[in-house]
Amino acid sequence: MKKKKRKRTVNIEWCKGCGICVAFCPKGVMDLDESEKAAIVRPDDCVDCGLCELRCPDLAIESEEIDTP
Amino acid sequence: MAIRDYIRERFMPHIWCPGCGHGIVMNNLIRAVENLELRKRDIVMVSGIGCSARISGYLDFHTLHTLHGRALAFATGVKMARPELRILVPMGDGDATAIGGNHFIHAARRNIDLTAVIMNNRIYGMTGGQYSPLSGRGKAATTAPLGNIDQAFDIADLAMSAGASFVARTTTYHAVSMIKILEKAIMHKGFSVVEILTQCPTYFGRKNRLGSAVDMMKAYKTGTTPVGSEAKKEDPELIERGIFVEEDRPEYCTEYENIIKKAMGVH
Ligand code: SF4
Ligand code: SF4
Ligand code: SF4
Repeated sequence: MKKKKRKRTVNIEWCKGCGICVAFCPKGVMDLDESEKAAIVRPDDCVDCGLCELRCPDLAIESEEIDTP
Repeated sequence: MAIRDYIRERFMPHIWCPGCGHGIVMNNLIRAVENLELRKRDIVMVSGIGCSARISGYLDFHTLHTLHGRALAFATGVKMARPELRILVPMGDGDATAIGGNHFIHAARRNIDLTAVIMNNRIYGMTGGQYSPLSGRGKAATTAPLGNIDQAFDIADLAMSAGASFVARTTTYHAVSMIKILEKAIMHKGFSVVEILTQCPTYFGRKNRLGSAVDMMKAYKTGTTPVGSEAKKEDPELIERGIFVEEDRPEYCTEYENIIKKAMGVH
């Protein structure tokens, strides 16, 4: 059975703009926006490795399973 | 369960500085507990004082926020009274090896079934950046503006010599292996020590011009190597990470239980 893909969102209330998710995403999916919060700018490039979620010191990146066609 | 189910959301966002590695440790500790499918009510987290010790306020287990350096003493009491519970003891490097140094070596010597998670950021963050027994010679701190003259401990070596039956080291960069190591440490029956190299960009980083949290994590990537690797032989400066000891040895509470049985004449 294929593992379901997960979609990530940033909880900007908790994000402190440290840039860890931006620096270590292997696909350059994240960036900091003008208010210095993480933003998912290239969602289509995400390879679902989950590392951004695991390395966020503020538990600000969350994910949920999505149905893929 | 979702990650949010393990935290006390009313205290979020937490107090740690942007990029502080302690948040990454908390994040991955939750994942380890989730993967092991442990019930929150079977876990007691006991912490002392320091930035790291704040973690017990954020997690929704049974939690005990105690005195500086004394977390292991309180944890020993809890474990002796309720040996069926899993006890997690997060500590800072100063908390564990300076103020609590004696508790640390004796908990290891007894091999009591506690999981000590030592967040080693090599400085006292909460009180303003004083050097700790892990800062290392030549490093700068508020109390060592011209460079520290103290040699550093090696936490893993110390734990092994003192008798801990599970000893490992990882870093905040290595999140995936941190989770696996924490899972093993939690399940290990005996005193387990997991040293986690964690960045304090605000004090240790700034005082020693190590750059941002991201730069400090990159240094964990380049400055460490898996235990027993060839790279270590070529570059002795590299810090080894992984599991150093994982042994089955008589555990303190079990031994104590046996003594009670003996005293009661049960054979
Ligand atoms: S790692 Fe977390 S806190 Fe840091 S910028 Fe990304 S989402 Fe924000
Ligand atoms: S899951 Fe992996 S690829 Fe996707 S945004 Fe996070 S770090 Fe990047
Ligand atoms: S002072 Fe250092 S250890 Fe304390 S919260 Fe800030 S970055 Fe973390």
